[in-house]
Amino acid sequence: MSESATNAATVKTMPLVRAINAGLRQAMIDNDKVLLMGEDIGDLGGVFRATEGLKAEFGPERVLDTPLAESGIVGTAIGLAMAGYRPVCEIQFDGFVYPAFDQITSQLAKLTNRYEGTMSFPVVIRIPYGGHIGAVEHHQESPEAYFAHTSGLRVVSPSTANDAYWMMQEAIASNDPVIFFEPKSKYWHKGEVDLAASSIDLHASRVIRSGSDVTLVGHGAMVHVLLEAAALAQSEGISCEVIDVRSLSPIDYDPIVNSARRTGRVVVAQEAPSHVSVGSEIAATITERAFYNLEAPVLRVSGFNVPFPPAKLEGLYLPDADRILEAVDRAMAY
Amino acid sequence: MNPQLDNDIPVVQFLNEAGEYAPSPAAERFAATIEALSLEELQQFYRSMVEIREIDNQATRLQRQGQLALWPPSLGQEAAQVGSIHAARKQDHVFPSYREHAIVRERGVDIMNVIRQMRGLTHGGWDPASGDGGITNIYTLVLGSQTLHATGYAMGVKFDGKTGTGNPERDEAVMVYYGDGSSSQGDVHEAMVFAASYQAPVVFFMQNNHWAISVPVSTQSPVPIIGRAPGYGIEGIRADGNDVLASYAVAKYALDQARSGAGPKAVEAITYRMGAHTTSDDPTKYRTSEEEQSWAQRDPIQRMRNYLQSRGVSEEFFTQVETDAAEIADEIRIRTTELGELAAEAMFTSVYSEPHPLVAAEKQWLADYEASLEGSE
Repeated sequence: MSESATNAATVKTMPLVRAINAGLRQAMIDNDKVLLMGEDIGDLGGVFRATEGLKAEFGPERVLDTPLAESGIVGTAIGLAMAGYRPVCEIQFDGFVYPAFDQITSQLAKLTNRYEGTMSFPVVIRIPYGGHIGAVEHHQESPEAYFAHTSGLRVVSPSTANDAYWMMQEAIASNDPVIFFEPKSKYWHKGEVDLAASSIDLHASRVIRSGSDVTLVGHGAMVHVLLEAAALAQSEGISCEVIDVRSLSPIDYDPIVNSARRTGRVVVAQEAPSHVSVGSEIAATITERAFYNLEAPVLRVSGFNVPFPPAKLEGLYLPDADRILEAVDRAMAY
Repeated sequence: MNPQLDNDIPVVQFLNEAGEYAPSPAAERFAATIEALSLEELQQFYRSMVEIREIDNQATRLQRQGQLALWPPSLGQEAAQVGSIHAARKQDHVFPSYREHAIVRERGVDIMNVIRQMRGLTHGGWDPASGDGGITNIYTLVLGSQTLHATGYAMGVKFDGKTGTGNPERDEAVMVYYGDGSSSQGDVHEAMVFAASYQAPVVFFMQNNHWAISVPVSTQSPVPIIGRAPGYGIEGIRADGNDVLASYAVAKYALDQARSGAGPKAVEAITYRMGAHTTSDDPTKYRTSEEEQSWAQRDPIQRMRNYLQSRGVSEEFFTQVETDAAEIADEIRIRTTELGELAAEAMFTSVYSEPHPLVAAEKQWLADYEASLEGSE
């Protein structure tokens, strides 16, 4: 089924969380084995309203309000996948994923390999993540690295409404387990969604702003901070190229490395703490592949290596445009 | 204190320790199920138990000879496994833990697949659909994990309308095996929560073999573990797991109840791990030979032999079973020594269902690296 209309009618402006809702809905229309499960996702429509209206439309056997147990959610989703379903789990907040960590890493990530190709496990785990919502502990974390580090999982994070709409459907269509990180601070950020077609692969990285002096690399909510920093840098005469990584496992390095070779200077930014992070992996790989073209070491701007602080300090903890520009200036100084 | 002697939760038993047919009060309501068994079926129970014990003993010897890295023996648990799996229908989906060698074999999966796993050639070993007795999941080594998978599968069966239609020849149920040690794991608790919430057609079959490596069951619980089931809203039944008839009757009841739409069920089969936890374990460090001897008096195979003899089964039958079992075990030995090596490429196969650039790149790297070493000799 698809929209049949003029181009104008197939592009709609909507908040990122509504694009997620629309993507889930379309996936459920396209395949009746797609099933949603999580805490409060049914009658409430999810604490962020991401699943609003879906239980009313598809019924309680396709939109499950589960008992309050994350390991149970992922473990039963695995069993449902074995029974031929395509479960989409919601973990209510990033900091709540850890009880499910064993089912995700010891089971879901390894099952395709353990079954030696006789079965696939098309489970999607949706996780609202990141800071900037002024929340209490465990509600503003960036645990991407644990999952990107685990082979057998695919890990992605949209930064725009359009990417949210299409990447959600592509993640559900994938026969591999996908951890889908949703930048919650951008849930109500509006963007144009082309309902007709996706123009890009689930795992592709994308240059979203062209520039010549410094390459800025990031994912999720940080992409918007990078764009803000690039605009400020422009007013100071520095031309920044901005790349949205989009997929953290696998990472599409070619556009990133090509950009690094052209600009010679790279700043990687993330909300997550730096020590053993996705940003560190990107920095190391760029250095290996673009070494002779680099004018400066690849720099990282990250959250501090401390537990995410009480919300009154989140503005200081999370990298903002000024911290990005500080790194840009350092890169330019080499 | 031995919670397993607690009589507040009655035990279903048909054959007493001497092998005499003497149904316990709790067994009476299942008597018709046992009376419906033919003598041939009873003889097959015995044969199956003897054969898997011989295979199991052979596997332990193979490990001692360096042919296997490890072997977790099912020794002593033959009745709990053979009896219960005989109750499963072909349309049922079975989830073992990692000691259910009789389950695997009775479902028609080649036991050499388990040998291959213990030799270090695979983490899985078979396609669950490959057993002609019905879908049988591969082993799960993380304790209790499979109870969630089984519950989710049962939820799917229910959502598909493949259970509770009133047709026991087609209605599906799920049976998941785990041990007394695993019953302490949070995943088992969560599985029962989900099973009860969704009234999933799953039977939780716990083999209480009294030991979790070196930790006695009394550390897992000061009261019978099956007592937890009603707390979830799940009917629990306790069986003498060393009585193959009790194991069969209770599993059949539980599965047929589950497939009829009566919701999840739980079974505790009281048995004993006669061997070590695995070939890497030394039970002399934590339990007494007196205890082992007392359980040897309750041996499931001897018990069934005594019963069959009382039913007039000839000595020729028992001799034939022993001969056949020895032959089967020897075939296992020969096939084990003939197992090939694992190719390096296997590491990169099926990491994902769809192509993945990093896996492909590293597979190529290793191939080039290995080739470069050969060239430099």
